[in-house]
Amino acid sequence: MSSPPESLRAIPPEGGRTPVAWQSQFHGGAEAVPSVPPRPLRRPVRTVLGIALLGLLALFALLGPWLVGASPEVQDLRNTLAPPSAQHWLGTDVLGRSALARLAHAAQLSLGMALLAAVSAAVPGTLLGIVAAWRGGRTERALLMLSDSVLAIPGLLLVLLIAALAPGALWALYAGLSAALWVEYFRVSRAVARPVLAGDTVQASRLLGFGRGYVLRRHLLPALAPTLGTLLAFTTSQAVLALAALGFVGVGMQPPTPELGLMMTEAMPYYEEAPWLIAAPTALLVWLVAAMMLLNPDRETA
Amino acid sequence: MNPSMSKPWAALVGRRLVQVLAVSLLIGTLCFLMVRALPGDLAMRVAAGRYGYDLVSNAAADAVRAELELDRPGWLALLHWWRDMATFNLGQSLVSQRSVWHEVTHHLGATLRLSAAALAIAFAVGVPLGVWAGLRPKGWVDKASWLMAVVLRALPPFLLSVLLILLVAVQWGFLPAGGDESQASLVLPALTLGLGLAAGLARVTRAAMLEVVVSPFFEFARTKGLSDWQALVRHGLRNAAVPVTAYLGVQALFLVEGALVVETLFAWPGIGHALVHAVFGRDIPVVQGTALCMGVLFVVFNLLVDAACLALDPRHTQKVAK
Repeated sequence: MSSPPESLRAIPPEGGRTPVAWQSQFHGGAEAVPSVPPRPLRRPVRTVLGIALLGLLALFALLGPWLVGASPEVQDLRNTLAPPSAQHWLGTDVLGRSALARLAHAAQLSLGMALLAAVSAAVPGTLLGIVAAWRGGRTERALLMLSDSVLAIPGLLLVLLIAALAPGALWALYAGLSAALWVEYFRVSRAVARPVLAGDTVQASRLLGFGRGYVLRRHLLPALAPTLGTLLAFTTSQAVLALAALGFVGVGMQPPTPELGLMMTEAMPYYEEAPWLIAAPTALLVWLVAAMMLLNPDRETA
Repeated sequence: MNPSMSKPWAALVGRRLVQVLAVSLLIGTLCFLMVRALPGDLAMRVAAGRYGYDLVSNAAADAVRAELELDRPGWLALLHWWRDMATFNLGQSLVSQRSVWHEVTHHLGATLRLSAAALAIAFAVGVPLGVWAGLRPKGWVDKASWLMAVVLRALPPFLLSVLLILLVAVQWGFLPAGGDESQASLVLPALTLGLGLAAGLARVTRAAMLEVVVSPFFEFARTKGLSDWQALVRHGLRNAAVPVTAYLGVQALFLVEGALVVETLFAWPGIGHALVHAVFGRDIPVVQGTALCMGVLFVVFNLLVDAACLALDPRHTQKVAK
């Protein structure tokens, strides 16, 4: 898992921008923390652990609804706010719906949509990044200006505004997330592609007469793949959290959709009678955050 | 975009100006689309929101339709929309009928107060912790602040605020969980944002201090006879301040996104709160006004951070081959 190599730092980022300004531009909070934990787990262990956590979560999202079986929308009004039992492992909410079923469906919805958004941000983002690095000059400056403009809006605000085009609609949230996330792929893939394209190996390939397709396949994609893999996991988690945050303040998905943020809002008033209701979605999100943390320190630069 | 080294200030301001323009254009266009994309008859809905569902009539709806230019072709209306924005004519709230300027300035103060409080907490907690941890790496302060950073930094503001509400306001009951009646209402939202910021700040400060401590100039300051304290204050802190300040640019994102969520949750009457409620109420002029305000604030904050970095580190403004 190579973080963008040391050599990258030697190249002044671009357009004469100072490294400091470049850093302060970084999109998306946590990853820019150059955290050096006192006793770091060795990187492979951390990464493996992070991927394992994410994998378990993905498994829950994938199989959960099927394993639980119960419907997330069937109400049982004689059995509301029930404590965890054999029938309802996480109890029932204020309308007597099974909390576990809702959690499973919410996880599926959030993770599925986040992954979809991350992938559809990754494709154009990476391609544009490669194009910028390859063409340089005016193309690169124009693309940089575009990404700069998107970066000037806080991501959550952009998602909120696009989602507000069609309140509660999945497609609007999805479009908003993709529109906010592609920039990260653009920046990272451009930063990784630049030194590769300028390097000796690509030079040699070109001199030997190999075409663009070859350089792309043999040099660029292998160099990009590990970074993009981490980035995909990371942006997916970011998207899940953004979805939950919007649902939580009430401008994301709308009831009765089972959604993590919405579930937290719905459970808030009953935290004394049924603390498990709010604990479950919170725990799931914290789990996700922990996975993110473990995957994170690879990406200090980029 | 491309500064020659002699004019870094102009380049800095120029780049951020372009960003302000882009942000305004993007937000304006999105809000315009929002008006057009509303399901049903928007004019009817707005009229209903204004006069109440019982009193709404076709005449009222027609008046609203003319006011919002809903009867014009799309491109013309978009041009008009942009023109209004360029002349700072943001219109009036569809719900409260007051001008958007009034709404925004009314809420801006609260947001600035909250942000200032959060930043103050972040600096008061984060910087000393970071400096201490950097001077004594692997000491207990270092370990404790690492743990704090892992937990707090990773939690998004809305999770942190839920935990804080449950713990402090409801469980122990000594702070108000919402509103803005008393000074105490500021504590919880500011704490939520401030602690998240402090966690990151402590780590960045620590890393910066670690670098400063091993640097030759710091060594020399000690060798020439300055006391620990003098060396730290005169040579250590200023040099450590550069990466810490640069990191504030990243913090701005946390602050703005946090304000959106935290203000809504704690019913703090700031810009983020107003924005979320305007989205609820489909009050698009207010959505536009508050979103513009947030976007511009974000860019301005970044500009200030960049300027502070330039001022702190003269190396960027001098002609030195890198």
